[in-house]
Amino acid sequence: MSNIIIQMRGITKIFPGVKALDSVNLNIYKGKIMALLGENGAGKSTLMKILTGVYEKTSGEIQLEGKAVSFSNTRESQGIGIAIIHQELNLIPHLSIGENIFLGREPVNRLRKIDWQKLYKDAGTIMKRLGIAESPETQVSELSIGKQQMVEIAKALSLDAQVIIMDEPTGALTEKETESLFRVIRELKEEGRSIVYISHRLKEIFEICDDVTVLRDGQFIGEYPVGDLDEDKVIELMVGRKLSEQFPRISCRPGKAALEVRNLNSPLVKEISFEVKQGEIVGIAGLMGSGRTELARTLYGIYGKSSGEILIDGKPVDIKSPGQAIWNGLVYVSEDRKANGVVLGLSIKENVSLSVLQRLSGLLGKIDMRKEAAMAEDAIRSMSIRTSGPMQQVKNLSGGNQQKVSLSKSLAAKPKVLILDEPTRGVDVGAKKEIYDIMNQFKKEGMSIIMISSEMPEILGMSDRILVMHEGRIAGIIDYQDADQEKLMRLAIGKKEVAL
Amino acid sequence: MMMTIKGKLIRNKSLFVLILFSLVIAVLNPRFLTVNNILNVLRQTSINSIIAAGMTFVILTGGIDLSVGSILAVTGAVAASMIAGGANLFASVMTALAIGAVIGAFNGIVISKGKIQPFIATLATMTLLRGYAMVFTDGKPVSTGSHEVAGVFSSIGAGYFLGVPIPIYVMAAVFALAYYILRHTRTGRYVYSLGCNEEATVYSGINADRVKIFVYTVSGFLSALAGIIITARLSSAQPQAGSGYELDAIAAVVLGGTSLSGGVGSIFGTIIGALIIGVLNNALNLMDVSSYYQLLLKGLVILVAVLLDRKQKSSK
Repeated sequence: MSNIIIQMRGITKIFPGVKALDSVNLNIYKGKIMALLGENGAGKSTLMKILTGVYEKTSGEIQLEGKAVSFSNTRESQGIGIAIIHQELNLIPHLSIGENIFLGREPVNRLRKIDWQKLYKDAGTIMKRLGIAESPETQVSELSIGKQQMVEIAKALSLDAQVIIMDEPTGALTEKETESLFRVIRELKEEGRSIVYISHRLKEIFEICDDVTVLRDGQFIGEYPVGDLDEDKVIELMVGRKLSEQFPRISCRPGKAALEVRNLNSPLVKEISFEVKQGEIVGIAGLMGSGRTELARTLYGIYGKSSGEILIDGKPVDIKSPGQAIWNGLVYVSEDRKANGVVLGLSIKENVSLSVLQRLSGLLGKIDMRKEAAMAEDAIRSMSIRTSGPMQQVKNLSGGNQQKVSLSKSLAAKPKVLILDEPTRGVDVGAKKEIYDIMNQFKKEGMSIIMISSEMPEILGMSDRILVMHEGRIAGIIDYQDADQEKLMRLAIGKKEVAL
Repeated sequence: MMMTIKGKLIRNKSLFVLILFSLVIAVLNPRFLTVNNILNVLRQTSINSIIAAGMTFVILTGGIDLSVGSILAVTGAVAASMIAGGANLFASVMTALAIGAVIGAFNGIVISKGKIQPFIATLATMTLLRGYAMVFTDGKPVSTGSHEVAGVFSSIGAGYFLGVPIPIYVMAAVFALAYYILRHTRTGRYVYSLGCNEEATVYSGINADRVKIFVYTVSGFLSALAGIIITARLSSAQPQAGSGYELDAIAAVVLGGTSLSGGVGSIFGTIIGALIIGVLNNALNLMDVSSYYQLLLKGLVILVAVLLDRKQKSSK
C-alpha cells in the first residue's frame, strides 16, 4: 500500500476500568477518504482524540509518512497538518463567525494588533466556498445549529490541514448544507488532502468514501475498499450480530395511558400532544436541537411551560420542579450523566438513595442507614453494577456502570413514567444490552417508558411507537412496524411524508 | 472502601499535625501542657470554632460567608443593649440568636433566589452590617451594665461549670449537633450533594434553594451565638468586634481538609483546624512572640498546611 500519509498501528487506550481501544489500526491514504465506522462506544472518537493529541495512547505507534510521531496536544497535531471537526460544537457563541474561525490564530499586524480586515476577508472566502451566505461578522449565536456546524468545518479548512477528521459532520445539517459539504470534500480530495469521515449514515459512506475501517467494542475489525461492501455487510461488521439479537424487543399488551400530554407549549416546544401507555416504550427521535431533551425537561419541571396539560394516570398534575415530578411518579434520567445524572463525588449508596431520602428518613430527618445500605446492595445486584461495593465513589466507575447508577437512582423513586434521555450514550456494547434488558423488565412490570435517542437502530429496535421531533414540534408518530430509518430521517429533517 | 481509608488519612493528617505541633510546643514550653492552659486554649478557640462550624456547612455547599464577623458585632450589640436596658436574659439571648438566623436566611435568599455569587452577596452584607453596628452603637462600646442580669449574662462567656469554662460546653454541643446533621440526616446529605454537583442535585428532585438558605441560616445563627459569648465575656459589645473573624473561620475549615469548591470535608476536620490555629496563637503568646510575628507565622502555617494537603490530593 503506497501513499499512506498516516498510519496508526496497534493503538491501545486504557481508561481507569475500561479498555477503550485494543490494538487498533488505521491507515489514512493521501487524497482518499477513509470512513471510520462503528457503533457508539466502539472507540472511534477515542481513536481520533489520540490522533489529534487530546488523549495519550497507552501503547501503539503513529507514523507520518513512515516516520514515528507523537503529540501531546492539539496544537502539535495541527502543526503537522491534522485538523478535526468535532461532533459537539466548540464555538464561542458571542464571537463572530470570523473570530471563531481564527480563534487563537488571528492575523496581526506588526504592532500585534488584530488585522480585522484580513480576518474577515479570509473568513468570507472560506464561508463562500462552503456556500454560506451570512456575513463573517455575524455572531455565531444567531446561527442555526446546521450553520454553526458549517462554521466548525470552515475552521478546519482555514487550518489548511493535510488530514481532516470529520466526526459526524452532517448530524445537524440540512440536505442542501450536506450537498455543499460533499462538494467541498470532493474538492479537498482532488487537492490531494486526506479525510477521515465518521458517520452513522451509511448512505453517505457509500456516496463519498473510498475505504472503510470498522471498529467494534474497541477492537479493530478490518479495513475494506468501499466497493467490496454493501449496507448489510457493513452493519454486520459493526454490530457483530444480527439486529434482532442486539435489541431484545419484547411485546407487552399496553395498558391504560399513564402519561398524557395535551397541547403543551413553551418557549422551547410547540403544540406537543401524545400519550404513553403502561408497558409501552415510546421512542423520541429527531436531530440535535430538535427539542427532544427540552420536551423531556419541560415534563420533568426543569423548564417552565406556557400552556397545556399533563395527566398522569388520568389525573392532571402541576409539575414545577423535579421534586414535584418525582412525587407525581415521573422521573427523568439525564443524557448528560456527569453534569446532572449522577453526583460523581458521592458514593453509589448516596446516589441511589438521593431522590428518596425522604422515604428513608424518620424523625428529625435521620437517615436509616441500614435501609439505605440495603437499597444500594439491591441496586448493585439487580443492575449488576460492577463495583467494589456500595461505598465506592461513582466517579471511579466506568461509563456504563455510572449510567446504571443514574438509572438506579431514578428507579428508586418507583416511577410510573420513566424518561430516558440517550440511555446508552458513551456506554459499551455489553452494558448497552444490559440496559435494554432492564428497560424490558420494567416495561413488563407495566412502567411507561419514554426513550430519547439519536441512535436510529436503538430507536427502531426498542420502541413500540416512535415520535419524531423537528424544530420543537412533533413531526410525526409512527408504529414500529411501519417505521424505517429513512422515514424517521425524513420526518426529522422536516420533510412532509411523501408517497414514494 | 478505598475512599473511606483515604478520608481517614486526610482527617488523621490534620490531627497528626495538631499532635505534633502540641508536642513540639510542650517541649519548648512546659507551661503549655497544664490543665489550665489547655482549658485556656479551648476557651479561646471556642469563638472561632463555633463560627467555623457554621462556615463548614456553607463551604461544603461550595459557598462562602464573609458576613460572620459583622453578624457577630450586630447581634452582640443587640444583646448588650437589651441586657443594659433591663430586658430579661432569655429574651435578650433569643432575640440576638433570632436576628443572626434571620440575617443568615437573608444571605441565603439573596444567593439562591437572587442568584448572586456568595462572595459578593456576603461581602455586601458584611459591609452593610458593619455599618449598622457602628450606627447602632454610635461607634462606642455598649456595656451590659452591672445589675444582676448582666452578671448572669456575663457567666455565659466568663463562667465555669465543674471547673470548665462554659464556652467549651457550648462549643462541644455545637460540634455534636453539626456532626449529627451532616452525617446522619437528609439535610446533611443534601449539603454534600449540593457541593459536589448542584445541577445533579436539582435533577434528583431536591430543592437546592432551601438547602442554601439553610446553610447560611446556620452560619448566621452560630455567628450570633459567638457574638453572645464574646459580649458576655467582655460584659460589653464592641462595634469592631469580629473584624477579620471570617478569615480565621475559613482558615480553620480549610486546614481541616474541607475543599473550598464544596462537597468534600468534615466537621471533625474543622475542630482540628480551629485547634491548630488556637494552639499556634497560644504557643506564640506563651513564648512572648510579638503580635506582628504572630500574624506572619499564622499565615505561613496556613499556606504550608494547605499546600501539603493539595499536594497529597493531587498525587492520588
